[in-house]
Amino acid sequence: MSQDRNDRATVATYPDHEVIVPPNRLQKAVTVAKPTGFDPVARAEEALGNLAGEFADWMDRECTKLDEARQLVKAEGFMEETRDALFRCAHDIKGEAATFGFPLVAPPADSLCRLIEHTPDIAQIPLGLVDQHVDAIRAIVRENARADIEEVAWNLTRRLREVTDEFLRYENRDRPEILKIVMSPSLVPGGRAD
Amino acid sequence: MVHIDFNKLRFLVVDDNLHMRRILRTLLHGFGARDVVEAEDGASGLELFGQNNPDIIFLDWEMPLFDGLELIQMIRQPGASSNPFVPIIMLTGHTERTRVTTARDAGITEFLAKPISAKGLYQRVFSVVAHPRPFIRTARYFGPERRRTANAKYAGPERRRGGAADTIGQIGLIEKAKTVA
Repeated sequence: MSQDRNDRATVATYPDHEVIVPPNRLQKAVTVAKPTGFDPVARAEEALGNLAGEFADWMDRECTKLDEARQLVKAEGFMEETRDALFRCAHDIKGEAATFGFPLVAPPADSLCRLIEHTPDIAQIPLGLVDQHVDAIRAIVRENARADIEEVAWNLTRRLREVTDEFLRYENRDRPEILKIVMSPSLVPGGRAD
Repeated sequence: MVHIDFNKLRFLVVDDNLHMRRILRTLLHGFGARDVVEAEDGASGLELFGQNNPDIIFLDWEMPLFDGLELIQMIRQPGASSNPFVPIIMLTGHTERTRVTTARDAGITEFLAKPISAKGLYQRVFSVVAHPRPFIRTARYFGPERRRTANAKYAGPERRRGGAADTIGQIGLIEKAKTVA
């Protein structure tokens, strides 16, 4: 084992691998001090809270991007470029919806991602089912203030997911490794168990 | 008490979504960071990585031009990258186990599924700063040690030959700091 100075990597060589301890550039950021009462997480949450007034507008913009990507698919068909653009829009919404205060939107966005990602021949992706997903996402955002929105959103999402799963099971009937992934439970926040 | 001075670190955020970049920047500033550089796609991210020499990278997976995994492969290139050891925290909407494994095998340092929280983000940064892991180079992998802990009860096949090397670890900064304090 070669032992170098602190600013150089230390390397141990073995028959089929090396173990490298790189120079630690981050040590400069570590200090030991008495508790000051400063809570970085609380301060970051407070800063994020100051942004919250913009979240509804941001969610609307994400929905507009999704709709535009859907329209492009319908105008030009499912090609790699149009598919990727639609997938990224749905994927962004899946990841951001809860942060923006729209957690009920994440599950249908996840269902749309699954439909796009796991259909082996993109030409076979049913445009009608894409439409239903996009329209459901937009409707849930639009009606987010309704008292019964959770129930409505859940029923919409459950039906979309059922139809999507049935389609994916058929399309992947000869791909057991993909079927296993497709049929695994969703971990997306905002979903709920039966 | 161990404290991370975020204002001594330079961060690179690579995410094609403007809103997510703003959220990340806001959270990092809340932690005390001042030096946050942003890129909107993989190509710009690679360019800014070379120009700015960041201490920690936050990386989205799904991006146009080239995606997060491709960017990791370019960064984890000993000899070709300015800092192949840079900690990479992947932030993604992907939540499937296979995706986590794929990202780990590409050489990420930490994985954080969206939606992100201030607490989750802070914990990932704390982990890479206070508990740095050694790197492993094999014929097919170059990246942080994927074994977080030594499992004395592990009974499966050993994929590495070399015995003792498998248990070499790097002392966490917390432990180092405590010995100094």
